[in-house]
Amino acid sequence: MEPFVRHTGTAAPLRRSNVDTDQIIPAEFLKRITRHGFEDALFHAWRQDPAFVLNQPEYAGASILVAGPDFGTGSSREHAVWALQDYGFTVVLSSRFADIFRGNSGKAGLLTAVVDQSVIESLWALIEADPSTQVTVDLDAQTVSAGSLTAEFEVDPYVRWRLLEGLDDIGITLHNVDAIEVFESSRPAFAPTTLA
Amino acid sequence: MGKTLAEKVWDAHVVRRAEGEPDLLYIDLHLVHEVTSPQAFDGLRAAGRVVRRPDLTIATEDHNIPTVDVDKPIADPVSRAQVEALRKNCAEFGVPLYSLGHAEQGIVHVVGPQLGLTQPGMTVVCGDSHTSTHGAFGALAFGIGTSEVEHVLATQTLPLKPFKTMAITVDGPLPDGVTAKDLILAVIARIGTGGGQGYVLEYRGEGVRGLSMEGRMTLCNMSIEAGARAGMVAPDETTFAYLEGRDHAPRGDDWDAAVASWRSLATDDDATFDAEVVIDAGALSPFVTWGTNPGQGLPLSATVPSPEDAVDEVDRVAIERALEYMDLTPGMPLRDVRIDTVFLGSCTNGRIEDLRAAADILRGRKVADDVRMLVVPGSARVRLQAESEGLDEVFLEAGAEWRGAGCSMCLAMNPDKLTPGERSASTSNRNFEGRQGPGGRTHLVSPQVAAATAVTGHLASPADLTNA
Repeated sequence: MEPFVRHTGTAAPLRRSNVDTDQIIPAEFLKRITRHGFEDALFHAWRQDPAFVLNQPEYAGASILVAGPDFGTGSSREHAVWALQDYGFTVVLSSRFADIFRGNSGKAGLLTAVVDQSVIESLWALIEADPSTQVTVDLDAQTVSAGSLTAEFEVDPYVRWRLLEGLDDIGITLHNVDAIEVFESSRPAFAPTTLA
Repeated sequence: MGKTLAEKVWDAHVVRRAEGEPDLLYIDLHLVHEVTSPQAFDGLRAAGRVVRRPDLTIATEDHNIPTVDVDKPIADPVSRAQVEALRKNCAEFGVPLYSLGHAEQGIVHVVGPQLGLTQPGMTVVCGDSHTSTHGAFGALAFGIGTSEVEHVLATQTLPLKPFKTMAITVDGPLPDGVTAKDLILAVIARIGTGGGQGYVLEYRGEGVRGLSMEGRMTLCNMSIEAGARAGMVAPDETTFAYLEGRDHAPRGDDWDAAVASWRSLATDDDATFDAEVVIDAGALSPFVTWGTNPGQGLPLSATVPSPEDAVDEVDRVAIERALEYMDLTPGMPLRDVRIDTVFLGSCTNGRIEDLRAAADILRGRKVADDVRMLVVPGSARVRLQAESEGLDEVFLEAGAEWRGAGCSMCLAMNPDKLTPGERSASTSNRNFEGRQGPGGRTHLVSPQVAAATAVTGHLASPADLTNA
């Protein structure tokens, strides 16, 4: 995974709460067995509406999504993260993310940064007034800044470290294979196996 | 200080604990299905890794498969390719698989418990958010994404930060006519879709103790709709009676050792929860959703809410948007909402007791002329059991469709879909926009309300039929 230190780009305002992963990518697109190529599926139903924010030319090329509270609820589909990344988003800002979506983002390298809803409101005002506003998300400093606004964001310290270093989780865990073997030797005899 | 059920299960599975790092947690059971696994197996292949414990891993086909013509090749080529990828991956990596046509095939969260694979005190994961279902046994069970599926396949562990704990205490017994589904919809309406975020919910109290294992599974299943990763119920005699004699349950001395161990899992009297919610069971009645998230629910006796009822601006916009999508008018009685399609099934309400409850209402009655009703058993074994009890005949005589097992219209990945504008009463778990088909409108209900609604053609409870 590529290390993530800081990112600067334009941002798109998504003035909706409770954006569930069925909205981010409908189930129809989960039949694909590839890891990439989901950009067409992102917000598929909403993109049918010409008035939807991502259909506005001034937000073309936005790489930061500024969303309402409870972003990523519902289904565990990691395809939601892949679709956001394939479309070109590097960061999502919200006042609250659903747990599984947030975990998936950390694994796949999409930064989910938590800020107060008041910061979201300020960012919405800024990027709606001037869609070309450059927004900088600095993972090292844990700040988001745009125009005269600078705010701290919250991110899990371990996820932050992994993203800054670009580390692969499985590789880290396999360094501890001895501990896994020791644990396995002490599992209860009655624990079931799936073999017939 | 004492420990909660969730803390006991967590602590018993810590492989490695280090300052400043997540705990490395051992996983006792990994359930796999066709939709969230292909990229994980590809990842293993690319890195030259193997599945560490195929004997703790089991796969089935559920999300993407048809529920008719199941003996023929899958018609949709993209769906077929995904199911074939699962078969190829399971063969290559040695993972046991129950394919379409096998008697043990079905929705992962129905299959695990009915095989006796889900047991108290275990850690259970699956690339599916409704893995919370298995918490009904006192297991710590939660959904994971595809990167984590790959991690568990490769290491049988997951690095995780401990969850907080929340007690949901249901005081008093559930009144007659009130089901586990009504209870969980009321809980979600109370704490909201984000209320459980970061928590494991432990359902306690008389109203929970009185539920069957299947009712407890319904309850735990929808914990994720309150934002919680997991829901749990402490194991008791009901749990042990359900498990004893099942295919993968312990036997002989192992059974006695297991039960002794399972009895020690209950939350200690002096343990404390990070948060507590008390529900008065006596105040509950049949519950339905009116909006586009599972927290937007009300008693069936209520009326459609107004944006004026909102607690804040974000909520006002959400209500307005939901009413527009659902094509509902504030003040309209929920009982007046007309329904086109009734879906009985899913990992929430596709088990044998759910089918029996609906059949009891439909016996001697007819599905309304302008309503279609799909009955989709949660597993092939549930289907066989229902047929042995003659339930298929009841559904067919009432005018419902009797289908093969799978996820079906819960998420509409297969051909079972709503058409744009079509309105369903569904025993599934999510009423998101387009969840059951693009433009479709979903009201979440219990199996009993589903059956009564099928008869009347509008949202109704069985009590409405008796009174008619």
